[in-house]
Amino acid sequence: MKPFADLLEALIFSPRRSVKSAHLVRWIKQTSFPDKGWGIAALIGELNFPHLKASVIRQLASETTDAQLFEYSYDFVGDLAETVALLWPAVPQQDAVIPPLTEITETLQAVSKAQAKEQLAAYLDVMTVSQRWACLKMATGGMRVGCSARMVRLALAEAYHADVAEIEEIWPLLTPPYTELFDWLEGRAERPSAEGRSVFRPMMLANPIEDSQLQELNLKDWQVEWKWDGARIQLVSSDEGVKLFSRSGDDMSAAFPELVTPMQWRGVLDGEILAGTPEQINSFNQLQQRLNRKKASVKLQQSHPVFLRFYDILWHEDNDVRGLPLEQRRQILTQQADRLDHPHFDISEQLYPQTAEALSALREECRNQGLIEGLMLKHRQSAYHAGRIKGHWFKWKRDPLSADLVMMYAQRGHGKRSSFYSDFSFGAWRQTEGELELVPVAKAYSGFTDSELKQLDKFVREHTTQKFGPVREVEHKLVVEIAFDSIHHSSRHKSGVAMRFPRFHAIRWDKPVEEAEQLDSLMQWIE
Amino acid sequence: MTINWMHVAPAGLCCSPANAWIDPVRPQQLALITHGHADHARAGHGHVIATPQTLDIMASRYGQNFANEVTALEYGQYMRLGEVEISLAPAGHVLGSAQIILDFQGQRLIAAGDYKRKSDPTCEPFEIVPCDVFITEATFGLPVFRHPEPEDEINKLLTSHRLFPERSVVVGAYALGKAQRLIALLRKAGYNEPVYLHGAMRNLCDLYHRWGVELGELLPATVVDKQSLKGAIIIAPPSALGTKWAQRLHDPLICFASGWMQVRQRAKQRGVELPLILSDHADWDDLLATISEINPAEVWVTHGREEALIHACEKMGITAKALSLIGYEEAEQ
Repeated sequence: MKPFADLLEALIFSPRRSVKSAHLVRWIKQTSFPDKGWGIAALIGELNFPHLKASVIRQLASETTDAQLFEYSYDFVGDLAETVALLWPAVPQQDAVIPPLTEITETLQAVSKAQAKEQLAAYLDVMTVSQRWACLKMATGGMRVGCSARMVRLALAEAYHADVAEIEEIWPLLTPPYTELFDWLEGRAERPSAEGRSVFRPMMLANPIEDSQLQELNLKDWQVEWKWDGARIQLVSSDEGVKLFSRSGDDMSAAFPELVTPMQWRGVLDGEILAGTPEQINSFNQLQQRLNRKKASVKLQQSHPVFLRFYDILWHEDNDVRGLPLEQRRQILTQQADRLDHPHFDISEQLYPQTAEALSALREECRNQGLIEGLMLKHRQSAYHAGRIKGHWFKWKRDPLSADLVMMYAQRGHGKRSSFYSDFSFGAWRQTEGELELVPVAKAYSGFTDSELKQLDKFVREHTTQKFGPVREVEHKLVVEIAFDSIHHSSRHKSGVAMRFPRFHAIRWDKPVEEAEQLDSLMQWIE
Repeated sequence: MTINWMHVAPAGLCCSPANAWIDPVRPQQLALITHGHADHARAGHGHVIATPQTLDIMASRYGQNFANEVTALEYGQYMRLGEVEISLAPAGHVLGSAQIILDFQGQRLIAAGDYKRKSDPTCEPFEIVPCDVFITEATFGLPVFRHPEPEDEINKLLTSHRLFPERSVVVGAYALGKAQRLIALLRKAGYNEPVYLHGAMRNLCDLYHRWGVELGELLPATVVDKQSLKGAIIIAPPSALGTKWAQRLHDPLICFASGWMQVRQRAKQRGVELPLILSDHADWDDLLATISEINPAEVWVTHGREEALIHACEKMGITAKALSLIGYEEAEQ
């Protein structure tokens, strides 16, 4: 446990990526299996402790210290693992024996609901603050030490002189502590193969395009498509069955039973899930009703139909076509479409703007069309690479909408923003029985700089009118211009509307609150 | 117990029968100052009463004319203001820091100002004085704050320094108190190389030296050739850590000496690579121990995490209330 705790401390305080990588590589080399497997699983969030949830840890901390003092502390620190690590009262003996990572992980995974608190307490009692923090971080997940799954895989590749693409490709086949991975990396076995398996393949992602890049595009070289307002998916069909994965590789099959009916066709397709039918697409809000549920009843399937719109192909039958240029893959996709025995799909249409003006005009159209977020530009010669490779795929989003709204509530952030009020609720004016009142319409917690965050935090502290636990109500004094992608009806919100991806655009310290937006005028933007 | 001779106003705490204010945040006729930090010791009062060290610090910061009249009161000396008897006891916070002891009509009230209990070679240790009302700060008034021994933190710094002999170690520390304590602790741990000072630190280090606090050889860090600071330990105000000045040093190892460094995400937020948990305020255990040793009838909390400390006092059977004074501490976060 100690080496892993030391690694986390080193990672969290390393200012540079290169330093973090060096720490990771050294730790991988110095740690034996399966300790390193469990540590990696903890780092990238692939550990699961069925009976050791955040609620159990909170309960244990309240009982061990004082419920009130625990709440005050948690509110101040903002991070559960750190709070409990710091306020845990026991001071370990010099000669306390701390079990290795594997023993702790396996014990905590197997522990029963009844024993969870007692077992965790026994571990915390023998640990230092730093080890308690590491142990609790493992249990709560979300390490926040500035280390991505990609970084861990790169470090593995470096430590074993392996190709990171080969590691990423087989990752979906593996489960902690990644026995097959280390058997291969350490030369005891062949590399596991994803061929013929219904597992997720790493997706290719697009970068936002900049104006300077737009000027340089030779449109002949680029495949242009609409950027649909749905959710990215991957459909995999093999002898193991049909599966649907999210962008991050989560298995969504259970939520969309009508999209994973058995198929004769074998292969891997990349596309978008959309609400409605190819003839009548519905808003993202409709799709959200389905995305929110882990399972879908027949009734929900009928009331909220969905379909797949494919735009790329990774495999067909036994052929891995990811190395081929996009224009050839597109050809294959079109040919395969006739043989595709899937009940709810179509193929994404291509657009052929001849000039930069025509391209801009298409983007302008997005706002009027609705349901379209912008344009996708993919180089016709691009192979299908995992991740966000520069210069191959671009997204060009339509301009966001914006509204001047009034700050109403503030809440402390988490992680590195835990000491600041960084999550805000905003309201618009509504006329009720002749009186103007503010109703909350958006929550935003991004789009400001670090120095603006400090100013906002100061504003909140100086203008608090009431406290509700971690939430402060503030004087209605500050107007913020909030940018958002779209706005929808919502029965779950008091205001009756919900915004998509609201974020700060500008803080209007100068603007009188009376001039903020009316709810009625926001409603006009509903698509 | 009813105490009706001390009240809270927007300018701070006011002792009405003496017509005197304690650490007022706005100019007043008569001010009793606990210590020299800028949020407690402000310029522009008519008459200032404080320890000679605190008066010296104020003069060094604001110039000789920071008040129309000053009275130096040594620890343990008494003076009368109307019917109120006033004396000072060491608070252990920084050089010259004092608890203000007020006796009136058989009741004793102590305004402790900021204070700590851990060892500090640069100032007199906190003195326990029995009283009826103890007015305390609560900067670190949460059970998550349990500060390690200062010697262990200094060892952490020296270990890193030995591990990276080429890197310039820049330690952020408040110019009054923390910087000098840090240097004194380094000397105590056997570090005898020159310590380099950011320009903002010089005056106060000289002042400490005049009051007999030995800090060893101190050199300016404002040299033109940054390469010459390779492998040096440099002390700078926290505000200088993120600046180009610090970044241009040779492979800088950014440290910050503060009680807030106990919260990892806070240290990370400030871009600190080596957090040193070194505080001039009492931690949770010391706040409770102090209150329990003094055992006053009432505790009043000036600023900080007052809800938690009041809750803990009530569990100890001591009446406690928040004064919610505005204007202190925020600058220190």
